[in-house]
Amino acid sequence: MDLVADAVTVVGRLREVRAGLAPGRLTVICGPNGAGKSTLLSALAGLVEPDGGRVCLGQHRLAELTARERAIAIGYLPQAGEVAWNVTVETLVRLGRLPHRTPARVDAAATMAALDALDLNALAAREVGTLSGGERARALLARVLAGQPRWILADEPLAALDLAHQQALLAHFRRLAGQGVGVVVVVHDLALAMNHADHVIVLDRGTVAANGPPHVALAEEVLSGVWGVNARWVGDGRTRALAIG
Amino acid sequence: MNRATLPLVLGALLLVLFPLCLLAGQVWINPFDPAGANATVILAQLRLPRAVLAVVVGAGLGAAGAAMQGYLRNPLADPGLFGVAPLAALGAVLSLFAGYAVQPFVLPAMALAGAAGGMVLLALIASGPRTGLAGGVALFTLAGMMLSSLAGALTSLAISLAPNPFALTEIVTWLMGALTDRSWHDVALAAPLTALGLAVLWRAGPALDALTLGELAARSMGLDPATLRWMMVVGVGLVVGAGVAAAGVIGFVGLMVPHIVRPFTDRRPSSLLLPSALAGALLLLLADALCRCLPLAGGELRLGIALSLLGAPFFLHLLLRLRRGLA
Repeated sequence: MDLVADAVTVVGRLREVRAGLAPGRLTVICGPNGAGKSTLLSALAGLVEPDGGRVCLGQHRLAELTARERAIAIGYLPQAGEVAWNVTVETLVRLGRLPHRTPARVDAAATMAALDALDLNALAAREVGTLSGGERARALLARVLAGQPRWILADEPLAALDLAHQQALLAHFRRLAGQGVGVVVVVHDLALAMNHADHVIVLDRGTVAANGPPHVALAEEVLSGVWGVNARWVGDGRTRALAIG
Repeated sequence: MNRATLPLVLGALLLVLFPLCLLAGQVWINPFDPAGANATVILAQLRLPRAVLAVVVGAGLGAAGAAMQGYLRNPLADPGLFGVAPLAALGAVLSLFAGYAVQPFVLPAMALAGAAGGMVLLALIASGPRTGLAGGVALFTLAGMMLSSLAGALTSLAISLAPNPFALTEIVTWLMGALTDRSWHDVALAAPLTALGLAVLWRAGPALDALTLGELAARSMGLDPATLRWMMVVGVGLVVGAGVAAAGVIGFVGLMVPHIVRPFTDRRPSSLLLPSALAGALLLLLADALCRCLPLAGGELRLGIALSLLGAPFFLHLLLRLRRGLA
């Protein structure tokens, strides 16, 4: 089922944004600060009611779904990785089961699977407060995975991570997309977007500046037009880098 | 610790200590020699309702504290923050002020009216225009705190304008909170309201758990902030309103109890609710028995004072621990 933004307008943030996202792909949203990336992601997650236009999941308008239906279909990973109480990793991950109201046995199995998928088994009993940044980011993603959503929307999940952890988390996202999950990620690092995304949406001042495969959406003309930098891509395949200046 | 162990332990403690507490007081009752003619009267008419009320009020305050801390995602929150307790106290104080309290039911009725007024005001604030994404909880809580200071100021005004020294003494004494001389009428009033409030808070448990991940993530998991606000207003309002109507203002229980209990749970707000209710009941039961036993010229130590004496140092300890990042 496609997730489609149809002329979505959020006053002061987005103007008639159109974007169709297909499941089984890693879609990256990028753009300069204040371009409306987080707002678009929230609108796609059904957390911001558009002032104009609509967001549809398959046949349904997102606004028509109940909060629970939406929560089961779409997993959302906010930018601020807040965890208010010093719970264990397992307890944290299990919170992702809340919308399902399934028996404890089912919840436990889904929690185990999510811990497995992100190599968190060894950390399951650790308290969140004792984790490193990378471990914490993985635990928070595992919480989303435990809900087994068909869509995963993550707001800058790579921002606080070092290079190795960025690569590892992206590999997880790619694997999920390979399993048919629709993955939408806001990313600042254009090289990561270029090398890992199946699809890139470039936002600029609340509108879509480019939309397509990474080599099209992140073409050098787009970079100079949107970011105002003279940059060119070097290398090829999945190892391209941005040379600036 | 297994999830079921802590409530079982606390429940067992309560079952054991409840009858023991009945024996303690200015007059100690020997359970093996209950021959004294007064023993039956003291137990049935004085200590039993009092102990039941301690359990009811303590359970309410403990659970409400756990719910409030979960709702505000803040270990320093307590049930008084919504302003329901000060408004209930204001209602009671006004009944004393006007001298209506000679009728035994007037004071609790006016306290409940005060609590209800507070709940209506909070509900009006809660159902107002939609606040921004974040900050909804903070705004709502600030409104509660303003209600709280307003009620506090009006209470002070009532004290300063007290028509006679007798009313003044009554008001000041009542404000300290106590379970002295409470009857089965008070139990009949407080118990059903508290039970209803506890049921509402219990239903809010999963939503409070979701809030652990912040407001936005919680909403993405299907939480409806407006519904949760209503549940908190009704649940905390009923419990605190009934508590104040029956026992006056008793601070620190709602703050302390969740902290004592939290390390023994998985720290999810919902798994704190039941143990906090039980531990709150235990704390109030024991504190009240202690108040009965302590010899004090001119009566007994007021329960509210006793708990504040206990609570303030505890709060300081908590702040120091928080500063060291251990809480």
